[in-house]
Amino acid sequence: MAVGKNILRKDGYEKLTGAARYVDDVTLEGMLYGKTIRSRIARGRIKSIAYDAAFDWSQIVIADYRDIPGKNYVALIEDDQPLLAENEIRHYAEPILLIAAANKDLLEAAAHHIHIEYEQWSPVLSIEDALACREIIYGTDNIFKRFLIGRGDVEEGFAQAERIIEGEYRVPHQEQLYIEPQGMIAIPGNEAMTLMGSMQCPYYIHKAIKQLFHLNDEQVVVIQMTTGGGFGGKEEYPSVIAAHAALLAHKAQRPVKLIYDRAEDIAATPKRHPGVIRHRTGVRRDGRMVASEIDLVFDGGAYVTLTPVVLSRGVIHALGPYACDNVRIQARAIATNTPPNGAFRGFGAPQVAFAYEMQMEKIAAELGMDSLELRRINMLREGDTTATGQTLIWSVGSEEVLNEAVERANYQAQRLAFSQSHSSIQTSTTNHVEAHKRRGIGLSFFLHGAGFTGSGEAKMKAQAGIEIMANGHPRVLSGSTEIGQGTRTIFSQIVAEELSLDFSAVEIEEPDTSRVPDSGPTVASRTCMVVGRVVQMAAREVKAKLLHFVAERFAAPEVELREGKFMVAEKALADFQEMACEYVNLFGELRCFAHYASPPEIEWNEETYSGDAYPVYSWGAEVAEVEVDMDTYEVTVVRLTTAQDIGRAIHPLLAAGQIEGGTLQAVGYGLLEELVWDQGRIINNRLTNYIIPTALDAPDMETIIVEKAYPHGPFGAKGVGELPINGAAPAIAAAVFQATGAFLSEIPITPERLQAAIEKVTTDEHR
Amino acid sequence: MRQTPTVQSPLTLNEIYAALAECAGDLKIIAGGTDLMVLANAHQLEASNFLDIWRVDELRGISDEGDALRIGALTTYTQLIRAPLIQQFIPALVAASRTIGAVQIQNRGTLGGNIVNASPAGDSLPVLAAYDAALEIGSQRGTRRVAFNEFYTGYRRTVLAADELVIAARVPKVKAGERDFFCKVGTRRAQAISKIVMSAKAQMNAASIASIQIGIGSVAPTVMRATQTEALLVGATLTPDLIEQARQMIANEVTPITDLRSTEHYRRSVTGNVLTKFLRQIIEGAEAR
Repeated sequence: MAVGKNILRKDGYEKLTGAARYVDDVTLEGMLYGKTIRSRIARGRIKSIAYDAAFDWSQIVIADYRDIPGKNYVALIEDDQPLLAENEIRHYAEPILLIAAANKDLLEAAAHHIHIEYEQWSPVLSIEDALACREIIYGTDNIFKRFLIGRGDVEEGFAQAERIIEGEYRVPHQEQLYIEPQGMIAIPGNEAMTLMGSMQCPYYIHKAIKQLFHLNDEQVVVIQMTTGGGFGGKEEYPSVIAAHAALLAHKAQRPVKLIYDRAEDIAATPKRHPGVIRHRTGVRRDGRMVASEIDLVFDGGAYVTLTPVVLSRGVIHALGPYACDNVRIQARAIATNTPPNGAFRGFGAPQVAFAYEMQMEKIAAELGMDSLELRRINMLREGDTTATGQTLIWSVGSEEVLNEAVERANYQAQRLAFSQSHSSIQTSTTNHVEAHKRRGIGLSFFLHGAGFTGSGEAKMKAQAGIEIMANGHPRVLSGSTEIGQGTRTIFSQIVAEELSLDFSAVEIEEPDTSRVPDSGPTVASRTCMVVGRVVQMAAREVKAKLLHFVAERFAAPEVELREGKFMVAEKALADFQEMACEYVNLFGELRCFAHYASPPEIEWNEETYSGDAYPVYSWGAEVAEVEVDMDTYEVTVVRLTTAQDIGRAIHPLLAAGQIEGGTLQAVGYGLLEELVWDQGRIINNRLTNYIIPTALDAPDMETIIVEKAYPHGPFGAKGVGELPINGAAPAIAAAVFQATGAFLSEIPITPERLQAAIEKVTTDEHR
Repeated sequence: MRQTPTVQSPLTLNEIYAALAECAGDLKIIAGGTDLMVLANAHQLEASNFLDIWRVDELRGISDEGDALRIGALTTYTQLIRAPLIQQFIPALVAASRTIGAVQIQNRGTLGGNIVNASPAGDSLPVLAAYDAALEIGSQRGTRRVAFNEFYTGYRRTVLAADELVIAARVPKVKAGERDFFCKVGTRRAQAISKIVMSAKAQMNAASIASIQIGIGSVAPTVMRATQTEALLVGATLTPDLIEQARQMIANEVTPITDLRSTEHYRRSVTGNVLTKFLRQIIEGAEAR
């Protein structure tokens, strides 16, 4: 049995020994190095581009928008983003020119001899500026996309409410900060183009390059190389890099490698959308929510990119894991003159999670009730209905995760103990050390829809397959990529389990568009639940074919496959490998493909944005214990306890790794990570000044995996990749609230921001 | 276009002096490289001719000179952390070294490098300021001794002439009964640049402060001594009221700016709070005794 076991990672040995090859490890014969020349203004137009006559340009390949054979745009949802700016500049670091040379020094030198003059226009740099419409930079109102969802009668709900509580919450940009920066190699051919590099979604690039050069499916080959992390950052953006590298390669007729260094990567590539989220909640005195009105605004940056999809996940998750009969949620994504924001683990949900959980804290504080009790009163349980009108019919681990997290963290006892110690501090003047370190404990509760939103999966029809190799072992054919999260390992386990083989017998084909089908992008917590399910179905088909074959061959109708052997009752007829080989020899090949079909119970109405937004949700609860240094306002997260319902852990250690990693990334989101801007330019675009947590900033973590099986996932599994990034920021903020009395409605809770909040509390108390 | 870098790697101090005398001003001295390589990576390193002094063992070593320790300029943070003499006589320097970068940086970064890099955020510098260290500066013209607190003349400016090299720091030992203190407030727990960094030393005479020295970094164009606050505290009885006065005074004495790491307001008030941390420790130490 392979599923549920902590087998060695399929890609572990190569990564551990350094044998794994990343894009920057590859050097090809005649290869040039590429570089992107970017805008140095946030908004305006290009007046002139001058090349120093004294410089020897003969060794430099230069490409601009006129070299684009197809249309000048990045193929995504809208066609508004040019691959290379023609005239108008809409954000700092926008690509204008591409240059390539045989060595990097020459390339850097050439870059210094290009002079671009601009006419500067007044940029729109904040959500407030965009909404105020002083400058119109998109459409007629700077709004990329709107959604309005709801149910019940909100006015009637507020009329029934005994208290109405309002809150406004602000969340920042966040950089994915994969360890390997973005990079791609383009290799031109005769009516062909091959791309290899760091990516999550080979078929996105395949589509973009086909369109750009008017090539067909076979003429474009995209190969994912070993990829050092993605976190969403390598979902859509690698298409831009691939297109740039391909343009240079096409012009030079030589391979071109385009690798970003960290500074360029942070300055130019997409981030998590910042947002402003307002809640207005009507509650009864006992804490029951009777009306909820939510307004959320995300900053999409300069171009549409994936913003509508991020906003869609945001609006659907905006009410969180709570039931309310009267709901109205308005969502808008606006344009600013900043680099486009895009996919990042969580994809709109962590933003709204911070808001809905802080709103719960606020409601509890205003009602004078315990926030855990408030959550228990309002939480979604099996059979309840969400804001989109989805009735939760299966795999609802909400109560289990909340109970587990609270019990393991000893939450209630600790909460009481800390609140008592705070009241004793206020009456004591002798205990100096105590007074300058304050402890607090806080809770968060959240859900995450697994797979694409709405009808996304039904439209995508993800494909994957299994083929039997000459040695009789199965090989998985899938476009899902390994980006550190364990795709190759869990697919091996799923197939091994289905075919009752040892997992080491299963091989995973390289993600190469000439060899694997389109399984859809490696995003949205869908790889295990959706593609893993398709892999499982393909394996079942292989099994059925072989069972049929063996039954005929041995004239034995009741054949079973057990522990790698075909059996009739307790008698072994032959082993898997032998029969698989025989089948391939006889029929030439054994390849089975399956595609994803949504569970028949699931219904989504794209027009009204209502119904089953996701086939299933993963559930999480998190308890953060913090210590606040009242001299320096530094917050130390002492302990994080998190319980997460992911249906089934195919590989419990990898699942726990996903949970711990996502949680730590969320600690950064809650406490440390913040971009510093100067007129649309990011000025802390380096690892020394964009502050993410180090090992020393990581708290002790306890992870509890809850398994409420999802009947349509492989062995009950549902999504785990994104769920954990929702919980830490609000749990920490709740703990800081208990420790200091300061209610932080904006993250990150930097010492400077906490100081201001504490000073405000102190001033208010003295008033 | 950048020129191909040249590197000279002398083996003796005299060779360093000769090289510095010959092309004064045009040579960039590189030791552990932990500051320069960051600049190089950011394409911000202007220099192209380097004098690599890493192999000059004369610049290494810690020696006991009675009432002071002499620390060679090439002594690394790791060596400082591990040296029994430093642990015993300049404990704040051990504490400071532990907060610099991470282990890899501590293995390469040197005390001399921290001094001549002249960043106001250099984490070892407040210790040298509080301990009233002296620097030995050498050149072909001879050696001279400069008080550490007179070494910096402005933001990233020092009294060093183009042909001179800092060869050692001479740091007085902590005295019997003297309390020392180090506190770094960085942007995170490791690999962090300071927002405020303070080191201090105090000698008590019963309940009153016989002497106190306070060195602070990241709150002014150079590392500084809080002389006004020191004057307030010396000879005074350490009471909660005095601590509050000192807190307010030092917050006004420093001259920080708002930059991408922190704000002026935070730096001022937290400088005050960090000083109170030290002063509270003194009171608590006395109460515990």
